[in-house]
Amino acid sequence: MAKHIQTIVKANLSATVKTGGCGKCQTSCQSACKTSCTVGNQVCVK
Amino acid sequence: MELLNFERYRLKKNVHSYLQGDLFIAHDVNSGSLHLLDERTFNVLKAIEDLQEVEEKVTSAGINQILRQTRKLALTEEELAEIIEEMEELRQEGTLFSEEAEGITPNYPEKPIVKAICLHVAHDCNLRCEYCFAGTGAFGGSRTLMDLETGKKGIDFVLESSGHRNHCEVDFFGGEPLLNFGVVKALVEYGKKAGSAKNKTIKFTLTTNGVLLNEEIQNYLEEEEISVVLSLDGRPEVHDRMRPYANGRGSYAKITPLIKQFTTKRPESSPYALGTYYYVRGTYTHYNLDFDRDVIHMADLGIKQISVEPVVAGPEDAYAFQEGDIDKIREAYDRLGEELLKRRAQDRNFNFFHFNVALDQGPCLLKRLSGCGAGHEYVAISPEGDLYPCHQFVGQEAYKLGSLYNENPLQLKPEVVKDFRSANVYAKSTCRECWARFACSGGCHAANVASTQKLTEVYTLGCELQKKRLEVALYIKIKESLQNNDRLADVSSPVPEIRC
Repeated sequence: MAKHIQTIVKANLSATVKTGGCGKCQTSCQSACKTSCTVGNQVCVK
Repeated sequence: MELLNFERYRLKKNVHSYLQGDLFIAHDVNSGSLHLLDERTFNVLKAIEDLQEVEEKVTSAGINQILRQTRKLALTEEELAEIIEEMEELRQEGTLFSEEAEGITPNYPEKPIVKAICLHVAHDCNLRCEYCFAGTGAFGGSRTLMDLETGKKGIDFVLESSGHRNHCEVDFFGGEPLLNFGVVKALVEYGKKAGSAKNKTIKFTLTTNGVLLNEEIQNYLEEEEISVVLSLDGRPEVHDRMRPYANGRGSYAKITPLIKQFTTKRPESSPYALGTYYYVRGTYTHYNLDFDRDVIHMADLGIKQISVEPVVAGPEDAYAFQEGDIDKIREAYDRLGEELLKRRAQDRNFNFFHFNVALDQGPCLLKRLSGCGAGHEYVAISPEGDLYPCHQFVGQEAYKLGSLYNENPLQLKPEVVKDFRSANVYAKSTCRECWARFACSGGCHAANVASTQKLTEVYTLGCELQKKRLEVALYIKIKESLQNNDRLADVSSPVPEIRC
């Protein structure tokens, strides 16, 4: 077991370059002034 | 001897390490992974960052020199080797020091696929909010309502321009859209039928100040499964100062009971805006830098899904943030994070929008690079049927994309489409070097233009706030993960022997 570093979330965002881009997700709004998430607060719906 | 090979790898932009509360945290930007560090490992990472600033190789002597300079404990060769070995294992695994995907830019079809529209059904409002970007509802024009014909054309537009996409979105916006409730109802009915005829589903949403949210309208929104964003700024005095009626009287007393009543109808509302949901959102300004108290006020009202955003204002506005405000704002986010954790531990949960981050289930990289899609995947439509990249650009002639009443409404002004498509994360020099680039996607186009007059330059105050919110969000994620592990450990640990 690692002594100094504890991994909390193991993700592979770069790999989504191959699997993503379907465009099914809800439109986001970066100003968050509307009925939409910002990208950082969205989940993938695929 | 070189410990880790960091040739061409800039640690600062690819691994964000920071102290939040009592946790030393490292966020691996390219993989999206999250690590909890001990203090020594954190110091080593920071020392490596500093070494890279002077372009030196990463050696144990170099690290220890930096540690001494920064009055941190120097490490023995063995201690350092142990830390580096763990880092190297994670590097091999792809969760630390991961590489940025190369040469990725969003690839769009020649003809824009617009799958979402913002219908400005009312350029009029029953409030006169001081900070309103829409000029208290009129967007710099005359106060007017969208007629049914234009609304129907808008729905036809999105059903046609969405091409092969089966899911479209229509947001009723204003001004105050409930001032034109009859048209909203007729458009929902029309949209459902027209969508069905094309084998498409339209997801409807509505943004309202709540003044007209009577029981009849509440029930209608429930029956039609329309997602709703409701505006409330928090404490009565904070809300009423910025959100008065035309006669100057505050609107808190009127809307708060209605908002409370409505939100109780949706106890299972998704914090990630999935399905039919609600959000109660407010705006904070220079006047309430302790906005964490406004969020808590809303939570105390029983509201579970809360969002509060920083105002975007010109320097001439009295409510605009001033130099020195940022530290107070950061402290407010810190306090809010701690309060949220405390309440969740007591089963008094609420969600604060900006603290919701689904790292391993979040959007793909392409979505993160391209952002909101304003101007090519999403457009706003004025009451007159004019098309703009988003609701915040409505009325700005330079950004007009076309009109529903043009001979071919699907033909959007190519140069505007091109400008918005190209304004992705990599087109912004500040973003290319920023650790938060995949969480904020280059920020809000409208805020960037308002601040810098350019789509490819960023609103730097917005950047700082985004980064702070993300830091607290990741901290909360770790804290909750640790608490869950503790609970699991409690459940799985053997029953202790009882000795007499």
